Amino acid sequence: MSDNIKVTIDNITIEVPAGTSILEAARKIGGAVAPPTMCYYSHLKGSGGKCRTCLVEVSKGSEKDPRPMPKLVASCRTGVMDGMEVKSITSEKVVDARKGVTEFLLLNHPLDCPVCDQAGECHLQDLGYEHGKEGTRTEFERRTFEPEDIGPYIQLHMNRCIMCFRCVFTAEQLTDYREHGILDRGEHARISTCISKSLEHDFIGNVIDVCPVGALTDKTFRFKQRVWFTKPVDAHRNCTNPNCCGEVRLWMRGDEVFRVTARKDEWGEVAIASNGKPGWICNECRFEKKKTSDWVIEGPSNISRHSVISQGHYNKNVHEPQVELLAEVIGKQPVMKMDIYDVSEVNKPERHLSQIEGPAHSEDFK
Amino acid sequence: MKLLLENAHIEGIRYYEAYRKNGGYRAVEKALKMTPDELVEEVKKSGLRGRGGAGFPTGMKWSFLAKPEGVPRHLVVNADESEPGTFKDRYLMEFLPHLFIEGMIVSSFALGSNASYVYIRGEYAWIPDILEQAIAEAKANGWLGKNIQGSGFDCEIYVHRGAGAYICGEETALIESLEGKRGNPRIKPPFPAIQGVWMRPTVVNNVETIAAVVPIINMGGEEYGKIGVGRSTGTKLMSACGNLKRPGVYEIPFDLSVEEFIFGDEWCQGIANGKKLKACIPGGSSVPILPANLLLKTAKGETRYMNYESLSDGGFQTGSMLGSGGFIVLDEDQCVVRHTMSLARFYKHESCGQCSPCREGTGWMYRILKKIEYGQGTMADIDLLWDIQRRIEGNTICPLGDAAAWPVAAAIRHFRDEFEWHITHPEESQARNYGLAHYADPLEVVA
Ligand SMILES: Cc1cc2nc3c(=O)[nH]c(=O)nc-3n(C[C@H](O)[C@H](O)[C@H](O)COP(=O)(O)O)c2cc1C
Ligand code: SF4
Ligand code: SF4
Ligand code: FES
Repeated sequence: MSDNIKVTIDNITIEVPAGTSILEAARKIGGAVAPPTMCYYSHLKGSGGKCRTCLVEVSKGSEKDPRPMPKLVASCRTGVMDGMEVKSITSEKVVDARKGVTEFLLLNHPLDCPVCDQAGECHLQDLGYEHGKEGTRTEFERRTFEPEDIGPYIQLHMNRCIMCFRCVFTAEQLTDYREHGILDRGEHARISTCISKSLEHDFIGNVIDVCPVGALTDKTFRFKQRVWFTKPVDAHRNCTNPNCCGEVRLWMRGDEVFRVTARKDEWGEVAIASNGKPGWICNECRFEKKKTSDWVIEGPSNISRHSVISQGHYNKNVHEPQVELLAEVIGKQPVMKMDIYDVSEVNKPERHLSQIEGPAHSEDFK
Repeated sequence: MKLLLENAHIEGIRYYEAYRKNGGYRAVEKALKMTPDELVEEVKKSGLRGRGGAGFPTGMKWSFLAKPEGVPRHLVVNADESEPGTFKDRYLMEFLPHLFIEGMIVSSFALGSNASYVYIRGEYAWIPDILEQAIAEAKANGWLGKNIQGSGFDCEIYVHRGAGAYICGEETALIESLEGKRGNPRIKPPFPAIQGVWMRPTVVNNVETIAAVVPIINMGGEEYGKIGVGRSTGTKLMSACGNLKRPGVYEIPFDLSVEEFIFGDEWCQGIANGKKLKACIPGGSSVPILPANLLLKTAKGETRYMNYESLSDGGFQTGSMLGSGGFIVLDEDQCVVRHTMSLARFYKHESCGQCSPCREGTGWMYRILKKIEYGQGTMADIDLLWDIQRRIEGNTICPLGDAAAWPVAAAIRHFRDEFEWHITHPEESQARNYGLAHYADPLEVVA
């Protein structure tokens, strides 16, 4: 592979094809080196660049032009050059900037995790645990909006939105027409529909999966269950919709299917389905098929992203490579994502939910 | 020496007849006999720097324009002029529309743009009519439209009205808005020179930059380059406002000292009402404020001049920027805290909301400043403000984030004791919102 180029991130050198972004290169190394992403989504064209959590320092531009870049750059929207040297967690500036961005993102956030369906699989929670600190330095009233029904299946909690634009790109790229977008500007900028309750397109449900926070919620699941009290199971059906891969994740408790979502990869993005395309699913699979008899069950999911849920030991495949190498190059043990046992008594470490045969019941989640 | 406003006071210069009689459209005549590349070369030689704020060399910008086969290119003129304190483009367009149109024709020819656009801020409600009339006159006389003066070059100019957003002055937001979309700045790269309006190669220039192309072609780039000092060539329009005896739009030579500009009889004639000079923002609201001592003399004790290099001498520690030329003067009665608060409110209001540091940080800074201004602040608030601006600066998509951070940083850097006074004297600061006379004398630099 002659057109591969070398890039060094946090002192680890890898080869990637030309045209790769710094972020994708860092994800190849994986673990703590990969910058957090709140707006970038590899399957959505044009996404990224907005949230600024993925900022990195380019200490050497390239072999040809070794000058460092003057400012931190958004790694999701900056391409690698041959011989480029990047600092992610090894740069104090980056660590400080991420703290800053985390603080900004939480500034107007309602912190209503106790009543939010996204809790447990929320990227903002993860970001807060990793880069935030306890307490807040703001003392002003937070900006608030009323929850809004934006179609038969979806409710919008604008208070929680971080303006990542992912849902807008999803609607634009997955459906024939987009009927929601951004209104107003500055801190009043908000997601809304042009005609209220109009989000009905048969692929619009995917906006729920791309939303990094709990702003877009599944009305068929709202408030029914905490996600860590359900057991994720992979399943499929012969979906008649030609664009739907029919491969899903069922979130079950006992024999009851509480929620259907797309399968996600270790970055929290919709995983590639067996047809080689991103595994988007249609509204029918997501909202209408809530009986086990609708599905062919494959078995417990492998959750490969660190999260509250992965700590139910589904994380056989968690990609945490080179932990020792990392510790060596950055001179300290890399910070792992949140450890739920620090803060909660639920789902005790000794419980291996993935090894429970068949459905998991109330007593299994204690 | 006046290069732009020389004929501004001639009766009827706004109309074609008078403009042509006084040497108008000579630059187009001359340009059409040259090749586009020669024209770009002339502009390069002139050393002209963009007058929109950043001061990027115009000739260089033009030479970056991509020229893929079969793809149209465009010139877009930025007439959004929304930076507080800046109103020089308005003067040019209102009183010398033909000079501006002439510059656009020459520039369009140089860049190979057959359809050029003026993006004008919505609040300048009456100016598009003036421009459209000038365009119609130019067209009627064969300076626009098909086959201009038999040269085979076609060019149309369209005037597009904005809806009143400062952010649409940022070149990529302007392009989005011109395309009919929400005015969100694009994430660069790609730069407009490669993919601009409708993804075609585009040059975005300020009104004054384009107008300056006329004297450059008339006198030749080399001659133009001899006027001025160092890398500040030609002349600059300044819009002076604030507590001045004679505010207004002035065309200045670059070897004019700041002191002469403020106090000279030919210029602003000093501070109004016999007050003392306290501080000044020399280049539009986004550039750092300077206390009187650092405004008139650099930190090294040298005289400060009205040009790109001299005004930025000392970096942001002790200097500022020429920026867009919006020269805002504060007298001894003005309160820097209140002033900074107003600016913060402006940036909060004008942030497009795309990226987190600017969307959230601008509002936060405004609220803290408001708290301090109204006597509710604490010392920790000043440090918090510093921390917030530091984490916005350089971390955003477009320079509006920096523009919001710099005024706050400079105000704290140079007037920290005034902030502290508001905190230690809450009642007095309430009673005398506009006054802190004892700070009128130049202060020493803090931080
Ligand atoms: C928030 C923001 C607002 C701006 N507003 C204006 C403006 O009103 N007029 C202008 O000419 N340039 C403005 N600019 C600068 C433009 O982005 C661009 O640099 C300029 O039009 C280039 O022209 P020049 O090279 O002739 O200076 C603004 C930039 C930013 C970041
Ligand atoms: S609703 Fe969710 S997906 Fe849409 S912009 Fe807000 S946070 Fe992003
Ligand atoms: S810096 Fe502010 S104005 Fe510029 S893109 Fe970001 S949010 Fe929008
Ligand atoms: S993930 Fe790169 S800026 Fe949001």
